[in-house]
Amino acid sequence: MQMSDTREIAAPTDIVWRAILDAEVLRACIPGCESLSGSVEEGYQAVVKQKVGPVSATFTGVVQLSDIVEGRSLRISGEGKGGVAGFAKGGADMVLEPTEGGTRLSYTVDASVGGKIAQLGSRIIDGFARKLADEFFTRFQEAVEGPEQEPPTEAEAAAEAPKKGWFKRMIGG
Amino acid sequence: MPKDGGIGASTKRREDVRFLTGKGRYTDDINIRGQLYAHFIRSQVAHGTIRKIDTRDAEAMPGVVKVFTSADFTGVGGIPTGWQVTSRDGQPMLEPKHPVLAEGKVRHVGDPIAVVVAETLEQARDAAEAVEIDIDELPAVMDMKAAIQGGPLVHDEIGSNLCYDWGFVEENKAAVDEAFRNAAHVTTLELVNNRLVANPMEPRVAVGDYEDHSGQHTLYTTSQNPHVIRLLMGAFVLSIPEHKLRVVAPDVGGGFGSKIYHYAEEAFVTKAAQILKRPVKWTSSRSEAFMSDAQGRDHVTRVELALDADHNFTALRCETYANMGAYLSTFAPCIPTWLHGTLLAGNYKTPLVYTNVKAVFTNTVPVDAYRGAGRPEATFQLERVIDKAARELGVSPVELRRKNFIQPDQFPYQTPVAVVYDTGNYQATLDKLLELSDHAGFEARAAESKARGKLRGFGLAHYIEACGIAPSNLVGQLGARAGLYESATVRVNATGSITVFTGSHSHGQGHETTFAQVISEMIGIDASQVEIVHGDTSNTPMGMGTYGSRSLAVGGSAMVKATNKIINKAKKIAAHLMEASEADIELKDGKFTVAGTDKEKSWVDITLAAYVPHNYPLESMEPGLEETAFYDPSNFTYPAGAYGCEVEVDPETGKVTICSFTAADDFGNVVNPMIVEGQVHGGLAQGIGQAMLENCVFDENGQLLSGSFMDYAMPRADDVPFYSVDHSCATPCTHNPLGVKGCGEAGAIGSPPAVVNAVIDALHRGGFTHVTHIDMPVSPSRVWQAMQG
Repeated sequence: MQMSDTREIAAPTDIVWRAILDAEVLRACIPGCESLSGSVEEGYQAVVKQKVGPVSATFTGVVQLSDIVEGRSLRISGEGKGGVAGFAKGGADMVLEPTEGGTRLSYTVDASVGGKIAQLGSRIIDGFARKLADEFFTRFQEAVEGPEQEPPTEAEAAAEAPKKGWFKRMIGG
Repeated sequence: MPKDGGIGASTKRREDVRFLTGKGRYTDDINIRGQLYAHFIRSQVAHGTIRKIDTRDAEAMPGVVKVFTSADFTGVGGIPTGWQVTSRDGQPMLEPKHPVLAEGKVRHVGDPIAVVVAETLEQARDAAEAVEIDIDELPAVMDMKAAIQGGPLVHDEIGSNLCYDWGFVEENKAAVDEAFRNAAHVTTLELVNNRLVANPMEPRVAVGDYEDHSGQHTLYTTSQNPHVIRLLMGAFVLSIPEHKLRVVAPDVGGGFGSKIYHYAEEAFVTKAAQILKRPVKWTSSRSEAFMSDAQGRDHVTRVELALDADHNFTALRCETYANMGAYLSTFAPCIPTWLHGTLLAGNYKTPLVYTNVKAVFTNTVPVDAYRGAGRPEATFQLERVIDKAARELGVSPVELRRKNFIQPDQFPYQTPVAVVYDTGNYQATLDKLLELSDHAGFEARAAESKARGKLRGFGLAHYIEACGIAPSNLVGQLGARAGLYESATVRVNATGSITVFTGSHSHGQGHETTFAQVISEMIGIDASQVEIVHGDTSNTPMGMGTYGSRSLAVGGSAMVKATNKIINKAKKIAAHLMEASEADIELKDGKFTVAGTDKEKSWVDITLAAYVPHNYPLESMEPGLEETAFYDPSNFTYPAGAYGCEVEVDPETGKVTICSFTAADDFGNVVNPMIVEGQVHGGLAQGIGQAMLENCVFDENGQLLSGSFMDYAMPRADDVPFYSVDHSCATPCTHNPLGVKGCGEAGAIGSPPAVVNAVIDALHRGGFTHVTHIDMPVSPSRVWQAMQG
């Protein structure tokens, strides 16, 4: 599965960049993330809980940042093992560009699954990966700039959304 | 009207009483005191190097007795292959090792890596989660052509993914090429024969038991051929002498080929029971079945038909890539070769045929025989290319076939592909089909469909199969590592009832009914006096089991031979008792009479005399009445038929609806018409399933995408029409005593091309003349896309 999208973020590029490298932001943005520890250099150990179609599983694995071009682009990738449920892996290539209103974040996401999730959930896996990616970047955008003005959608409200724009406020941006 | 119970009677199946009342005894119903449960840990990746397997945590968990890995099977042979094919260059096929549990590498999703054996199944499953397995995933090779053009190696040690490169008939190759150069017209078609999952209703089960004091092993397993499993597993895998190994295949809930093969799980439970000194049971889940039962078909083919100016077929040339999957299943090599290439003459007098088959290893579940096995693939390409040729030439597909049929007076007919058809009448089945399907009324029905905005089409397909496998000396020359005779012991009991021990195996075919009908007919006693026993190597003579529509033709013939021995001996006893010449003794309706006299002895008088031999010619004859016979056929049998399908295509959606399906089969003589009809119905459902719905799909990484009934579409009652089935155009087989040909696979062989031909016909009638082929399954999206060009 592959998909691409762009988002306009109302924050300067350096703020966005710092947010990407922040473990706390990462933890809050990865849907279903129960814990995340480690560092940019060493990579993160993560525990993520997800339900794909009929299969629900807790994935343990690593999240890594690579191909880092300071302030400009990187790749975030992860691979998780869910025991009998199978495994999932994927990543996103992200590029930041300054714009008039802030920063344009372009990303290309790829994801694949294996084992029981693939065997039982293949029909829904594309839509599922799309939804997860969308959720990740929505949360990321909110973390950096606060939510858009319209009321939150059901999915956003249901998610354990962090405080609006908290990263930006935290660092005084 | 045949008498109730003899040959020709539609006797109700006696086995159905237990099946329909829940009294069947299947392998999973067998539970042995002290039994442990095995749970297989299977690969989640299609290809990878096993770095580490750590079982310590799992072995410390509650109820766990042992966690097995390949290290526990170092002294054990690999799963053997029962057929060796020779490549065009004279080299034997590549035959990689197939370990019981993966060694070093995993090669397909579902490849077994480790097994947890515990007191309960739940404990085994829980502990499986604690087994730490570290696998470095390798790129999977999925596409057959890429696999033999430098793709990653499935088996590093054999250096190639090309198992064999087979040419048939190799000596005809130049002549075939020449015929194509001289052809007035050549029709070419590229097609895929879609991979199928057999999906018998009962998943596989294996229970191993071991008696320490005697060294006796017992394996209860869901098999179509327990003696073959005993031979393969005993001699080649576990080195257990046959007298210390009993294999029992009790009631088996469908096989369709997938339960012919010797599987790793069988060897595992047998060995584990010995190691642990306790019975070990494994029951496949449906999910496991999807990734561990051998699958079917998966051919990619280019077929070319050459015709002269008068539309006579002058040559057929085919090139096929046949997917073997990751390992060679027991009979996998012979399916795309000897069960496929030899059928490419079909019903036609095409003088020259050449086929090249490349068998390829990929990171997929192994492929082997599935209902029809090679013959559906041959029939599909032949009947599709003939249909395409008719369209290109602007002639009727019906008449193009008729023109090229082998004529009734040409039998026995030597085909250019080795086999000799003994009997057949293809004109007769075609005429019967056209009559039964009211072909004359087709145009009116098409007009009526058109008025409703639907496109109606008619598709015809003729098939032939080689059944009743097979002459042992012939298949031996062709690479079989087994004989293919069949056996029967007929035990007449003292009071006249009969127990037949057959080497055949029934897993839905109804042998307990039909075999009893044959004995009833031969001796003239009621069928209820005859019991058919099968499935246990401890009481049946060595037999090769049931597949390839062979049981009545080969197993039935063995039983007839043994029964004739019984009758001959009984006549001798009768002659003695009635003081007459043996030549004057006649047996009719269960009575022995002396020709030209009123002397008479009943069947029971004779059987009792055999076991209470007070007045008996003991000096010249042994007492008792029990005979065994082995029957090795002198030729294959050649069931054939004409199948017609009418469909409606909705041009708005591409949805295909089957309006009618007609089958005119020649099965030779028929013992039980109702059972034959049921066999045809089942075969048609599976053939229509392949044509319309079923498709086993892996993604580019080798993940199984159609791994459950949510994604693998089985035909349901509303997907198939009411069938019109006929078997009156019988030309009895000339070389077996019953004159029977076999009917088990016909439906699955003849129906897929009939369906696809009908869909193409409908589209052409609707003006979509650019559509020359649609690969199966002809799903709405594929049909719609084809219509869009």
